[in-house]
Amino acid sequence: MIGVGKMKLYSNVLDRPLSKGKQEVSLSAFAFLFSEMVQYNQTQVDNIAELERRLEDAGYAVGARVLELLCHREKGNRRETRLLGILSFVHSTVWKVLFGKVADSLEKGTEHEDEYMISEKELLVNRFISIPKDMGTFNCGAFVAGIVRGVLDNAGFPAVVTAHFVPVEGQQRPRTTILIKFAEEVLRREARLG
Amino acid sequence: MPPVAPRSGDAIFTSVERVNAELFTLTYGAIVRQLLTDLEEVDEVNKQLDQMGYNIGIRLIDEFLAKSNVSRCVDFKETAEVIAKVGFKMFLGVTATVTNWDADGTTCSLVLEDNPLVDFVELPDTCQGLYYCNILSGVIRGALEMVSMKTEVTWIRDMLRGDDAFEMQVKLLKQVPEEYPYKDDE
Repeated sequence: MIGVGKMKLYSNVLDRPLSKGKQEVSLSAFAFLFSEMVQYNQTQVDNIAELERRLEDAGYAVGARVLELLCHREKGNRRETRLLGILSFVHSTVWKVLFGKVADSLEKGTEHEDEYMISEKELLVNRFISIPKDMGTFNCGAFVAGIVRGVLDNAGFPAVVTAHFVPVEGQQRPRTTILIKFAEEVLRREARLG
Repeated sequence: MPPVAPRSGDAIFTSVERVNAELFTLTYGAIVRQLLTDLEEVDEVNKQLDQMGYNIGIRLIDEFLAKSNVSRCVDFKETAEVIAKVGFKMFLGVTATVTNWDADGTTCSLVLEDNPLVDFVELPDTCQGLYYCNILSGVIRGALEMVSMKTEVTWIRDMLRGDDAFEMQVKLLKQVPEEYPYKDDE
């Protein structure tokens, strides 16, 4: 029957029309899936650094695909070439599409020229996660750090991205900061572009 | 207190917090990719996905029962309808249809036309034996086991393999009566 399944009509996945991105699933479905991912990775590693690295690698793959999807859908295939441009793309567009709101803040690091920070009061992925004391500074936001690294790397802005908890006065749960440290070449290129 | 009427899948879905389906799809893809890299064997990946789904299912059932207020299902037919109409809608935002009942009402098929797990996905030639959505079969098996039904869930049709829809066959193996955990004389 023609038209029964919209996927069958196209033999090549690239020929299918791109969805508008408005479809939603429940937060709990995502939370369950994320928790299973963290639990599975815990069985595969011996220490916290490895666990963070694995979550980051998973996020990197997501980030690469998110960049392609959003560049095509939201920005009409225009490519960002400036540092502030790509940062505001991540802070606004990427965050809005993935988490439903723009990130809480975007700041430039005061100590180093190549550091920028995106802060969020409560990362979506961390909402139902509590870290036991013996895991120290482990942050499941490493997944989101991976997504940001994936977006930046594939856009031509290689960087080291990490997630940190920053305790805030008067708030029970600490704020999460995604720290982005750009590579030398990015800063040199940015200086050359003026 | 009068019993609260069960809520429809749509009503619950609009009342829960939702996230972008693409984040969900891409995260699931990252998980499958990690499993394929670690385990390499497609059968192992299928088993692991089913196990992960089972772990999700045993916790998901609590949330399902809490949010949907469904009363105890009279028979397996009603169970399947509730899963298809309320369960899928509540968590994935899509509804399934129940078809292919067998003569004694213990086996049925759940058909999904729309599946948020498989957006943007195509199976390469090296992974033809992979049941990409096997996590769903684990979820259903785990959830039903927590309400005393032992089931077996298999995939009949898979859109990633060229079929026109996703069809899961749910077979009720047995109803396990609830065990009272304490001895009466202790």
